Amino acid sequence: MIPGPFSYHRPATLAEAVNLLSTLGDEARPLAGGHSLVPMMKLRLASPEHLVDLHGVAGLKGIQRRGDKIVIGAMTTQHELLASDDIGKSLPILHETALLIADPQVRYRGTIGGNVANGDPGNDMPALMMVLSASYRLEGKSGAREVAANEFYQGAYFTALEPGELLTSISIPLPAAGHGYAYEKLKRKVGDYATAAAAVVLTMAGGKVATCKIGLTNLSETPLLAEDAAKAVIGTSLDPATLKQAAAAAEAIMSPAADARGPVEYRKHIGGIMVTRALQRAAGRAG
Amino acid sequence: MAKTHVTMKVNGVEVEGLVEPRTLLVHFIRENLSLTGTHIGCETTHCGACTVDIDGMSVKSCTMFAVQAQGSEIMTIEGVANADGSLSALQEGFRMTHGLQCGFCTPGMILRAQRLLKENPRPSEEEIRMGISGNFCRCTGYQNIVKAIQYAAAKINGDEFKEAAE
Ligand SMILES: Cc1cc2nc3c(=O)[nH]c(=O)nc-3n(C[C@H](O)[C@H](O)[C@H](O)COP(=O)(O)OP(=O)(O)OC[C@H]3O[C@@H](n4cnc5c(N)ncnc54)[C@H](O)[C@@H]3O)c2cc1C
Ligand code: FES
Ligand code: FES
Repeated sequence: MIPGPFSYHRPATLAEAVNLLSTLGDEARPLAGGHSLVPMMKLRLASPEHLVDLHGVAGLKGIQRRGDKIVIGAMTTQHELLASDDIGKSLPILHETALLIADPQVRYRGTIGGNVANGDPGNDMPALMMVLSASYRLEGKSGAREVAANEFYQGAYFTALEPGELLTSISIPLPAAGHGYAYEKLKRKVGDYATAAAAVVLTMAGGKVATCKIGLTNLSETPLLAEDAAKAVIGTSLDPATLKQAAAAAEAIMSPAADARGPVEYRKHIGGIMVTRALQRAAGRAG
Repeated sequence: MAKTHVTMKVNGVEVEGLVEPRTLLVHFIRENLSLTGTHIGCETTHCGACTVDIDGMSVKSCTMFAVQAQGSEIMTIEGVANADGSLSALQEGFRMTHGLQCGFCTPGMILRAQRLLKENPRPSEEEIRMGISGNFCRCTGYQNIVKAIQYAAAKINGDEFKEAAE
């Protein structure tokens, strides 16, 4: 399986990359880790005429603390996220999620920017970014803008990115000290996308849920925030009746595709179970 | 499509070639360099048979373009043996513990395991299994591959290799 022909560009600066992308127009695509794009090109589901490789662009990599935020460069790989003590300590759910993506080889190459910009409903980072209230920095010829993860996803492979724009970094507000978290993902085997997955970040006060956010992966054309489900657990101690109610509220907004991972009803059912398990595990971890 | 001149270091030797941008690294390694120890199993980034070591990373060479490897240092199975030609600890481990049957997955397994042991010299069985989870073997059931990696870890660390009871 060999991709169609294309011209290869390797800019050294962001300005050069943005300039190339806007000059070459629709036929140009940024190339990050290539672990979604290259497989698609081999299957000829994508056949860009130009690839603009971001590996040579200075300043797109790295994990930095800026005040109460963590800023992650788009070209930071999943492997680098896993190796970062800072991420392990202050954003442990990001570590947990990265470890559930694909396999070691894919994680050495696959980048967080590519994962969130791709727009594939199966990608695991987008729902997590919504739960963490992350925002993306998008840079194009006309300047830079910040878009909330919550407002970025419009449909399968359809995002707020304008042609010629690059996602350059991700900014994540640090979750409250003592927060509980969990990413629950059912997959058929290592390296598979989720049959269904749920991300939960919550805080507890006096044995009751004080704040809670729930995100859903691969259960719709876009990642989802399950707001009614989160509301249903606030002020409760996550008793069985509440968990049931939360799972039902989450299932109500799911519209997964029927595919090799199972029919719609099954995937929704599993989605409810992932929400329940993630809530329980997160509550157990909250300090 | 115009060809691009690439240079890289493979198994310690400077190599060069002319490639189309769409040439996958695995094809460059096998066809231009005639290093056919790196295998192509699935071509879809799943099986790991094409795994090589690039600048300290295990990479599926079917999912990277040769032009992207410009200036890189690469190791393939042909570069794994010790300088005097004797088997490396991992190669010896695969031999001693019967870590291969048809051998198709073995080059990728060894390259991946080598990087794993550099990053984590004393992995648990669980860590070994997760560490090679991007490499498929259709023959062995993995049991003896795990043993081969344990054998190599013990040898490298100067520990005694004890086969776990089954
Ligand atoms: C076997 C296998 C299993 C996998 N399993 C999972 C899984 O379980 N969960 C999961 O989440 N992912 C999975 N993936 C996908 C993997 O995580 C990809 O690496 C990721 O989706 C895309 O990141 P990338 O850096 O490889 O991007 P690329 O493939 O290079 O790019 C993906 C898309 O995003 C665009 N793009 C990339 N970077 C930018 C940027 N900075 N700005 C604007 N646009 C950009 C590209 O043009 C392209 O359209 C799997 C991949 C494989 C091969
Ligand atoms: S041939 Fe590259 S992963 Fe199978
Ligand atoms: S020994 Fe045959 S595939 Fe592994």
